[in-house]
Amino acid sequence: MGSIRFDNVSKVFGRNSAGIKALDDINLEIAEKEFVAIVGPSGCGKTTCLRIVAGFEQPTSGTVSVSGKVVTEPGPERAVVFQHFALFPWKTVRQNLDLGLRNKKLAKPQRDDLIAGALRLMNLESHADAFPHQLSGGMQQRVAIARAYVLDPEVLLMDEPFGALDAQTRVAMQEELVRLTRVNPRTVLFITHSVEEAVYLADRVVIMTRRPGRIKEVLDIKSKRNAENWNLFQKIEDVMDQESFIHLRTHVWRSLREEKPDTTT
Amino acid sequence: MMDRPLKSRETIAWGFAGLGCFLGVWTLLTVSGLVPRQFLPTPLDVVARIIELLTTPFAGATLPQHLASSFGRYIVGVSLAALVGIPTGLLMGWFRLLDDILAPIFEALRFIAPIAWVPFAALWFGTGIGGPVMIIFAGAFPPCLINAYRGARFVDPRLIEASRMLGTSHLRTIVEILLPASVPSIVAGLRVAAGLGWQSLVGAELIVAATGVGFMMVQAQANVSTPTVMAGMIAIGAAGMLIDVLLRQGEALILRRRGLGP
Repeated sequence: MGSIRFDNVSKVFGRNSAGIKALDDINLEIAEKEFVAIVGPSGCGKTTCLRIVAGFEQPTSGTVSVSGKVVTEPGPERAVVFQHFALFPWKTVRQNLDLGLRNKKLAKPQRDDLIAGALRLMNLESHADAFPHQLSGGMQQRVAIARAYVLDPEVLLMDEPFGALDAQTRVAMQEELVRLTRVNPRTVLFITHSVEEAVYLADRVVIMTRRPGRIKEVLDIKSKRNAENWNLFQKIEDVMDQESFIHLRTHVWRSLREEKPDTTT
Repeated sequence: MMDRPLKSRETIAWGFAGLGCFLGVWTLLTVSGLVPRQFLPTPLDVVARIIELLTTPFAGATLPQHLASSFGRYIVGVSLAALVGIPTGLLMGWFRLLDDILAPIFEALRFIAPIAWVPFAALWFGTGIGGPVMIIFAGAFPPCLINAYRGARFVDPRLIEASRMLGTSHLRTIVEILLPASVPSIVAGLRVAAGLGWQSLVGAELIVAATGVGFMMVQAQANVSTPTVMAGMIAIGAAGMLIDVLLRQGEALILRRRGLGP
C-alpha cells in the first residue's frame, strides 16, 4: 500500500502537433513510506507530475499507478496539500477537516476522534472553530496538512506547500514536517524549487531537466543522512551545517546549473 | 470625480440636500402655477393623500392593505424565481451538458420583457395571485439564474480540485462548494432580481390584478386622482429602496463573515 509508479509517462499540453511537451518519458518508482522530492527549473513539469498522480491531469501516454492501481481520477487515498492551501473559506477548520471524512461516510463520533487527533498532531486544537481567514499563512497550511492527514491517505502529494510562506514560517513548517513524517510515516511526493528544502526533507531527490521535463538524476539522501546521523539535530540550520549536507546540496545545485536558463519564455 | 472619500455623515447630508432641491423645484413648479395642479400635484397634496390613504380605503383597500397584497405576490414570485433560478444556474455551471441544452432556450427567453407574458399569465393563472406572480417570476428569474451560473463557473478552480481530492460527490460539491462560493454573485443577482421583480409586479398589477398598489394607481388614473397615483409611486419607490437596503445589509454581513468586507 502506498507505492507510486510512473511508467513511460509523457504529457503534451494542447493539440498534439502544436502542443507543448511538458513531460517526456518519466519512469520512477516510489516505495511505500518513502519521501521523494522533485526539484527542477520552473516550468520543467514537476507540478504536472504531481497533478497526474493526484488525478487532476491525464498523461498523454504512459500510466501512473498508486498501490498498483492506475490513476484515472482524484481520490482521497491520494491527498494533496496545495501551495495556496485551498481551504474552504466558509468552513471552519473543523469543517474543512470533516468534509473528507463525511465523504467516507464515517459516523460522527469516529469523525470527531479523527479530527481531534489531526488537530493535536498539527497543534491546531485551539483553532478548531476559526475560519481560515482568521489564521496566518503558516497556520492555514497546517490546516491543509491536517486535512490531508486526517484522510489517512496512501500517499501524500505536496505541491510546493511552503512556497507561499515567509522564510521563518517556512523553516518552522519544514521542521514540523520532518517530525510529522517520523511520528506518522507516509509515502510523500514533494514538489519544490528549493534545493535545501528537498535535501533536508527527502529520502531521495529527483532532479528534472528543463522542458520537456525528463528525469536527469535521482539522488539518494537517506543513506547519507543515516550514515551521518542528521537525525540527531533538532534544528534545520544544524543539519544544514553538516559537511555531508553541504556536499549534497552543492551536487544538486551543480546539476540544476547545467540546465541552461530558458530564454524562450 | 472621486477626489477624496466623503465621510458617511457628509454623504448623508448631501443626499438630503439633493432630495431637498428636488422637492423645492417640485414645489416651485406646482405652487407657482407653472404646471397645473391637475397635471402635477404639489408635494403637500401628495403627503396629505398618503396620510389619508393610510386609513381611508381607495379602490377597495387602504394603502397599507394594497401594499400588503403587493408584497404577498412579490415575496411568492421572487422566492419562486430564486428557488428555481439559483439551483438551475448552479447545475448549469457544474454540468456542461445541461448548460449546452438549456443555454439557448434561456438566452432567447430572457429577452422577452416580463410584461409581454401578461396575456398568458392572465389566461393560465388568472388575476388573483397567480397571474402577477408569474410576471414577477419572469422578471426575477433571469438574474437569479445568470448570477448563480456565473458564480459557479468562476469558483476558484483550486477549491474544486480540493473538493474532488477529498472525494466529494457532485451533489455535495454543488451544495457545499459551488453554492457558498457563489453567494456574493447570487446576492448581487438577488438584488437585481428584487428590483426587476418589484418593477414587473407593479407593471403586472396595472393590468392583471384586482388589488395591490399598481391596481390602486390604475383606479386613481380612471378617477383622475393624480395625488393618489403619486402616492402609489412613492410607496413603490420607498418599498423598493427598503428591500434593497435589507438585501445590501445581508450581502455585507455575508462578506464580513468571509473576512472580505470592511
